[in-house]
Amino acid sequence: MSIKVRYFASLKERIGRAEDQVEFTMNVTVSDIWQQVNQDKALPENILAAVNMEYVGFDHPVNDGDEVAFFPPVTGG
Amino acid sequence: MIVKIVSESFDPWQEIQAFQHSAQAMRGKVGATSVFVGTMRDFNEGDAIKGMTLEHYPGMTEKQLCNIITAVMEKWQVIDVLVVHRVGDIFPDDPIVLVAVWSSHRGDAFDSSRSIMEALKSKAPFWKKEILASDDQRWVEKNSDGYLKKD
Repeated sequence: MSIKVRYFASLKERIGRAEDQVEFTMNVTVSDIWQQVNQDKALPENILAAVNMEYVGFDHPVNDGDEVAFFPPVTGG
Repeated sequence: MIVKIVSESFDPWQEIQAFQHSAQAMRGKVGATSVFVGTMRDFNEGDAIKGMTLEHYPGMTEKQLCNIITAVMEKWQVIDVLVVHRVGDIFPDDPIVLVAVWSSHRGDAFDSSRSIMEALKSKAPFWKKEILASDDQRWVEKNSDGYLKKD
């Protein structure tokens, strides 16, 4: 299955990419996705995750075609 | 409910006027309008700030704002809500956010607008990068609780 991964703000700068496209052949969670695409980097503290634009925990399952996003705490308003 | 993300400077008072003008169904029903406008300061955490860039997550930002407003409208008696938020390059005194709530009674208007604003601060995916007077840039790491700290 194919999953789009997106990064925002300071995390995007730290990683040096705005997005990744990853392929999996088995069931995965949000946490697995981070491990797969950023093998050399520990997940920075306070990072939030979303699947299909809704907040989720890192144990949330990810399905084919989902969009997964990682980003730092939000600072709007 | 209207949620707008705008990349150009906006006039919150004009937005309110235009909304009220087009919302004919509200006529005669509104007893309280609560308006919050957030504007950009020229200082933060002890430093002079000359500009800011606001990033967002197109799609998720709108979705989360709609979720927030829907939850608030289930809790309080609200007639309608308008939220406008800036993205892109902004400068001191520019409006950043407008939250306007129309209701029959003041309690619902005050409480729901405060609730929308606090939820926006913690859940709507926007990120601020400040440009200091020295030209250094830094990401704002987290929002404050909204009160000036007494020394």
